[in-house]
Amino acid sequence: MNPYLVPGLILVVVVTVGIGAYGLRFARTTSDFLVASRAVSPSWNAAAISGEYLSAASFLGVAGLILRYGVDVLWYPVGFAAGYLALLLFVAAPLRRSGAFTLPDFCQVRLRSTALRRLASVFVVFIGCLYLVPQLQGAGLTFTTVTGGSYVWGALLVGVVVTANVALGGMRAITFVQAFQYWLKLTALAVPVIFLVLQWQSDGRPAVDPPAGGVFPAATSVVIEQDATVDGVEVHKGQQLFYDEGDPVPRVSTVDARFGPQWLLPGGERTLFATYSLILATFLGTMGLPHVLVRFYTNPDGASARRTTLVVLALVGLFYLLPTLYGVLGRVYTPQLLMTGHTDAVVLTLPEAALGGGHLGRLLGALVTAGALAAFLSTSSGLLTSVAGVVFTDVLRAGRGGSVRDFRMATLLAAIVPVTLSVYVSNMDVSRVVGLAFAVAASSFCPLLVLGIWWRGLTDLGAAAGILIGGGAAMVAVLVTVLGPPLDGWAAQLIGQPAAWTVPLAFLVMVIGSLLTGRRVPPDVGATMLRLHAPESLRI
Amino acid sequence: MGGDGTPERTRVVLGELAARRRPADRSHADLAEQTPVGEALVKGLVRAQLALALRLALVVVTGLGALPLLFVAAPAVGSVKLFGVNLPWLLLGVLSFPFLVGVGWAYVRWAERNEQDFIALIRKPEQ
Repeated sequence: MNPYLVPGLILVVVVTVGIGAYGLRFARTTSDFLVASRAVSPSWNAAAISGEYLSAASFLGVAGLILRYGVDVLWYPVGFAAGYLALLLFVAAPLRRSGAFTLPDFCQVRLRSTALRRLASVFVVFIGCLYLVPQLQGAGLTFTTVTGGSYVWGALLVGVVVTANVALGGMRAITFVQAFQYWLKLTALAVPVIFLVLQWQSDGRPAVDPPAGGVFPAATSVVIEQDATVDGVEVHKGQQLFYDEGDPVPRVSTVDARFGPQWLLPGGERTLFATYSLILATFLGTMGLPHVLVRFYTNPDGASARRTTLVVLALVGLFYLLPTLYGVLGRVYTPQLLMTGHTDAVVLTLPEAALGGGHLGRLLGALVTAGALAAFLSTSSGLLTSVAGVVFTDVLRAGRGGSVRDFRMATLLAAIVPVTLSVYVSNMDVSRVVGLAFAVAASSFCPLLVLGIWWRGLTDLGAAAGILIGGGAAMVAVLVTVLGPPLDGWAAQLIGQPAAWTVPLAFLVMVIGSLLTGRRVPPDVGATMLRLHAPESLRI
Repeated sequence: MGGDGTPERTRVVLGELAARRRPADRSHADLAEQTPVGEALVKGLVRAQLALALRLALVVVTGLGALPLLFVAAPAVGSVKLFGVNLPWLLLGVLSFPFLVGVGWAYVRWAERNEQDFIALIRKPEQ
């Protein structure tokens, strides 16, 4: 095992807990815990939002998908970044001015409906769990990949560290922790990639996708994990295959991957529906993620919320330049991942595979693993804080006057379900579940926010119908995808990538429902609109 | 007070000052009290901001959203190489991010200008 690994991981955990404890010295009131008392500067806040947002799916998953499927999945990073542009254009400043801390708060402020508030709480908890489980799973899988230890310990370790940190420090501490973790994640990908590209240059720029198929860059052994055929020859579980340097990389029948022009060139008509569905889900889903919205309340006013979002867009865009390079270089240096199907591990294994097992390769390997740990810690902390915030205000009914002890109680309650689930469900597909969480958010909270902010005619019944039908359809599609039998043909496309029909459905139902119940438009809608859109400097 | 010979007290206000202050207060009060004038002012601001957001969203939809269709309609685009890299990789993997940031930057600038105009409209004395 890599000797730098354990010290590196311990360092990340110690620094995380250390910064959390340092933040704790300032966290005295419930307001500190929930919103950091709004005393966080835009640059800190932007780094914290980015640190919170770049999850396991971004740090490991994007590179793995590119290694496997090629140019078509570049829409994932583009969409993950573009989501912040949609947030900036339609939501950022008015949402901050509304004074809503969570999505349920927004329902109350805009539509004065407690029933809608409850419904929104259910969706926040569902999306939060849907997003939290794969983070913990990713942590468990990384733990197994890198140390050979047990999956359960990895998931539990991250679960406990995160729960303790959120329960002890709340939002104030988490802001500093996450700002630190953004820069750690960026460094952890940026520094190794410089050495990787230099190595690729000095190796004579081997072709990324040679017409004759890839070759092994070094002698490699591959353990087969399920019965399959390798280039037409049957192999069985547990069998070990050996390849020499320069041997062509065979194709394994059970692993879904693309080669040659299919990998290099856009998929054309075959993937058009899935591509547009993905674009809709990621572009519009970001604004509905519970842990993203909570952050906007920590800005002092609407204009700074806008500037913070712009900085986040730049920081996130800068980060997403890097995973593509890992995915592409993985084609050259770690082709065995295409045989085992563990493509999510490409970021973790590439430094040692390309640079050799010397000190440099191992040091950089430890650095990317530390970055991956930061990714699990920061995203799960943010998600847990926001789910705990909803449990605190809507389930425990503590309200703003609730005590810090109640918030800690809420954190524990919010952590129990996802941590337990992640221990028992280990074979769910990580990046796919994250994509589905975006689809649910885009079909429930995106129409609520956009129509609520820009259209006076929205009513509580219309909004509830839209969330129930659009978001509910997406939720059912997610449950069928995760728990149901495998589908094929059009059903697989419609259920596997539901956003292309659930998002328009949600908008449509919300508009029609509101028009039919026009008498229920809140009487103070004019005052609310004024509050959402007028600059604070007018002091109305 | 009010004995014989002494005139009744009158309140004297500097006319010029009162005339200057009232219209500004009126717009402000129109907003705060939700009069039809205030309502129209807010509607104007909301419409301006929404039009700006939709216009820039349209820029992104035509700039990025049309790419999958372009790749289907003209598959040859996929094979064009720039600096040894296929064009779709360059467009999606690299250029899309500065493009998004550029659109965002333009939005922040113009949205703040809309708000400045709104503030000027409220504070401007009516003459």
